[in-house]
Amino acid sequence: MTSRPIPLNDPDAGDDTTTPGSGHDAPERKRLTKWQLYSRRFARNRPAVAGVVIFALLVAFALFGSFFAKYDHVELDFLALSDPPSPEHWFGTNNSGNDLYAMVVVGLQRSLLIAVVVAVGTTVLSALVGTAAAYFGGRVERVSLFVIHFLMVAPTFLLLAMMSNDSGGDWKVIALVLILVSWFFQARTIWTMSLSLREREFVHAARYMGVPGLRIVLRHMIPNIGSLLVINFTLGVVGAVMAETGLSFLGFGVKLPDVSLGSLIGIGASSISSAPWLFAFPAAALTLLTVSMALIADGLRDALDPTSAAGGRA
Amino acid sequence: MTTPVLSVRDLTVSFPSEAGRVDAVRGVSFDVAAGRTLGIVGESGSGKSVTSLAVMGLLDENASIGGSVTFDGQELLGKSDAQMSKIRGNGIAMIFQDPLTSLTPVFTVGDQIVEALTVHNPKLSKRAAWDRAVELLRLVGIPRPQERVRSFPHEFSGGMRQRVVIAIAMANDPKLIIADEPTTALDVTIQAQILDLIKTAQRETGAAVMMITHDMGVVANVADDVLVMYAGRAIEQAPVDELFADTRMPYSIGLLGAIPRVDKTEKTPLVPITGAPPLLVDLPDACPFADRCPIVTPECRAAEPALVTVGGKADHRAACIRAEEIRAGRIDGGPVYPVPEVPASRFDEVPRDLREPTLEVENLTKSFPLTKGAFLKRKVGEVHAVKGVSFDVREGETMAIVGESGSGKTTTLLQIMDFAPQDDGDVRIVGTSVADLKHAREERALRRDVQIVFQDPMGSLDPRMTVFDVVAEPLRTVGTAAKDIGPRVDELLDLVGLDPAHSDRFPAAFSGGQRQRIGIARALATNPKLVVLDEPVSALDVSVQAGVINLLDELKGRLGLSYLFVAHDLSVVRHIADRVAVMYLGSFVEHGDVDEVFDDPQHPYTRALLSAIPVPDPVRERTREHIVLTGDLPSPTDTITGCAFVSRCPLYQTLDPAEQTRCETEVPALTGRDGVHVNACHYR
Ligand SMILES: Nc1ncnc2c1ncn2[C@@H]1O[C@H](COP(=O)(O)OP(=O)(O)O)[C@@H](O)[C@H]1O
Ligand code: SF4
Ligand code: SF4
Ligand SMILES: [Mg+2]
Repeated sequence: MTSRPIPLNDPDAGDDTTTPGSGHDAPERKRLTKWQLYSRRFARNRPAVAGVVIFALLVAFALFGSFFAKYDHVELDFLALSDPPSPEHWFGTNNSGNDLYAMVVVGLQRSLLIAVVVAVGTTVLSALVGTAAAYFGGRVERVSLFVIHFLMVAPTFLLLAMMSNDSGGDWKVIALVLILVSWFFQARTIWTMSLSLREREFVHAARYMGVPGLRIVLRHMIPNIGSLLVINFTLGVVGAVMAETGLSFLGFGVKLPDVSLGSLIGIGASSISSAPWLFAFPAAALTLLTVSMALIADGLRDALDPTSAAGGRA
Repeated sequence: MTTPVLSVRDLTVSFPSEAGRVDAVRGVSFDVAAGRTLGIVGESGSGKSVTSLAVMGLLDENASIGGSVTFDGQELLGKSDAQMSKIRGNGIAMIFQDPLTSLTPVFTVGDQIVEALTVHNPKLSKRAAWDRAVELLRLVGIPRPQERVRSFPHEFSGGMRQRVVIAIAMANDPKLIIADEPTTALDVTIQAQILDLIKTAQRETGAAVMMITHDMGVVANVADDVLVMYAGRAIEQAPVDELFADTRMPYSIGLLGAIPRVDKTEKTPLVPITGAPPLLVDLPDACPFADRCPIVTPECRAAEPALVTVGGKADHRAACIRAEEIRAGRIDGGPVYPVPEVPASRFDEVPRDLREPTLEVENLTKSFPLTKGAFLKRKVGEVHAVKGVSFDVREGETMAIVGESGSGKTTTLLQIMDFAPQDDGDVRIVGTSVADLKHAREERALRRDVQIVFQDPMGSLDPRMTVFDVVAEPLRTVGTAAKDIGPRVDELLDLVGLDPAHSDRFPAAFSGGQRQRIGIARALATNPKLVVLDEPVSALDVSVQAGVINLLDELKGRLGLSYLFVAHDLSVVRHIADRVAVMYLGSFVEHGDVDEVFDDPQHPYTRALLSAIPVPDPVRERTREHIVLTGDLPSPTDTITGCAFVSRCPLYQTLDPAEQTRCETEVPALTGRDGVHVNACHYR
């Protein structure tokens, strides 16, 4: 009671409702859509914009970095074995003479692709299953929960790691594996959160308007766990990079000649004292990637927050 | 005159905030004498609670407090926490809106009363303290106090907890009782009991009472003196009769004009106060009410008017430069507030029998299974939430269902909205029986005709959608062409008195009253014939409530709507309804035309309900007969063989044993003049 927050609405939006039917004169008025609102708010957040810039640079580096490369990432330069960074090899070379610059470009490409695919996949799958289970209840809920709980106790990671190993380190299979082993934990959390959501009056209101169930899930349930999904997504990106590193370390991940940031870091870590650049460059790329994701996540969360200081306006 | 128990002078309280310093209380002064009651009224945010917390020394650390608070001869401001809690334990009792905040959940109520008793009187023996605790519980009307003294707070209902809090207050033998909205969360019959109890406690202890409320009726009922607060200041202060009879400050006049009266037959529109209270940051040196005042003059903005005596009476003061021109709510021969006009409905001339029914409900029943066990849920019984309810709503008509919380009102509405097929009855909406709905498509088509407005204006609007999307949703659902949606949304927002230019904002940017208007706009989007409203104004401040009620009235006339309206506030019902049903434990006990039921209530429960509502008129409050019901609503799980009201019925107490047996064994049916006025009591 004592520290009542000040209403965020500005005085002109107070309760001064006009006489009904007085005909407001608003001839040419552009109505902002909610996405325009969100992007305006996001754009005001400096660190978030910095995150986007870093992330964009990383993506650009992954896509176009190879145009500037003097070597291909599988090409061996026998004249430069374990060379530190030089004008010839910007990021140095490893003990077989691979150009690290070229390898980081390719590795970043792989890692980004895997991370984004995995994060999108798990977020979408878990959000759909979790909210639909909560909204529809009954049989849908029982079956979904049964599957989730079964997967939680089954040694999925082991089984799927073997499967990916059989595929010979194909990144698509690895991405699929990572989605399959991580979606259900999130789905369970989302289900718990959505239980209270399904009792909210605006969900009832939509149902009484005759809005079909699936559309209620997509339009009312999922957006209202948006912040959670954004966090899940960001952590998913970071987690997928980490998991892929782990798989590579165990020998189940991306296999040479294909490389990823994970496998590069794994290799670099073993020679950190003799050839620190082998660890430093991939690790720096990884750090930039995770930091940029964190900044973006923060910005998104604030922009999507209906109670943010912008008071429901742009 | 005796020295006052509490004397507050120039109290100021401000809090730091992101937007700047919030001046929550700006120079409030008052006295409360022993045995007297001061009522402090005002809308939410006017500084009532902060004032009371400042007196008790319970404000947050970051608050800066100025002025002086003298209690029992000592200055309270500047006292340390330890000193204050000693003073509070010894002479000030507090009763809050939510009794749970003042009770410790892990101790029995007995422990807590005994603690209060021994703090005050350390020499009291343990035995004597427990005996006194039981005695106090009996005094506040807790049944079987010997047993209940060992119960924990969560084992009591809200009204019972409030009694326990009052028992603890009395144990303190306080010189001052501060009650902050003590009955706001309670039903009217319980409110009447609690107000009576506070008076009893005051009589027993001779304490001074500070009663904080937003309800002018409660003030008229309990107060000796009144202080009206607005924007952190006292803007009118007078003895209660004087204040109600000769209101001088436009804001107080507005507060009184905005409340519907349960004791008035003629339906004049309520006068809403337009606008919202100012933000308490960087207030200009002007009358804070100037933006909302209907008789504002340029001088009003020159300086903030001081609280000065008016009409040559020493004890009546008002903060308005035109106070001397205003007499009893009128100025220059006309009312201060222009009375809004409500358009006539095209159905006004049509007799009820000739109107088409928009909703027919026959023998509606709903029970919830009662389960036990966390894992294997066994069904151990049934809660009969609604038992055989029948009524109809005709074109252009408002049907209201009133009853206390838990009586089954909401369940009735939701059963209708769910289109729940009835085993032994029927629900027909505009002639279509819900039992005949085969496809989702047919159901969706029927949903166009019936829409709902919820109680909580925040909860019913998706916070992630802009107002435009909220109002457009029903239109999109029925497949309105995209190009028609924009103009229609603008038209709807305009219809409910909102500026369509604000439709790209999120619901959080709007105040409670505006959000409820958005909810109404959404309900009207598909041109429904019937709008179902679940307590649509009970979450709103009175001045805002009046605006929404007028809007509903106006829309009904203009669009020829029918309303099914659920409320616990009988004053609102009397104002808005054409037909009314009183619900008790899942059944109607009285049903008929609104004036019939309110002017000539038959059923003992209806009579008690009506008499429990405090009317905003101190003279009438004193002379009116108040029937105070004993006890709470029985649990809906109890099996009742006869009349459901038997446990609380005052009439039953006066009957002879043979007649009483009939009440206990035979369920009374609704009888009387069919379609006009029926009631379910054997002896009425
Ligand atoms: N989901 C439920 N499960 C069990 N009992 C319920 C449920 N919903 C309502 N009830 C019971 O039905 C009765 C009527 O409730 P409700 O319709 O909400 O009353 P009102 O609207 O008058 O406050 C109450 O006794 C309540 O406890
Ligand atoms: S001072 Fe002026 S604005 Fe303020 S209440 Fe009086 S007439 Fe209205
Ligand atoms: S039937 Fe009996 S118990 Fe019921 S209301 Fe009438 S007198 Fe009271
Ligand atoms: Mg209810």
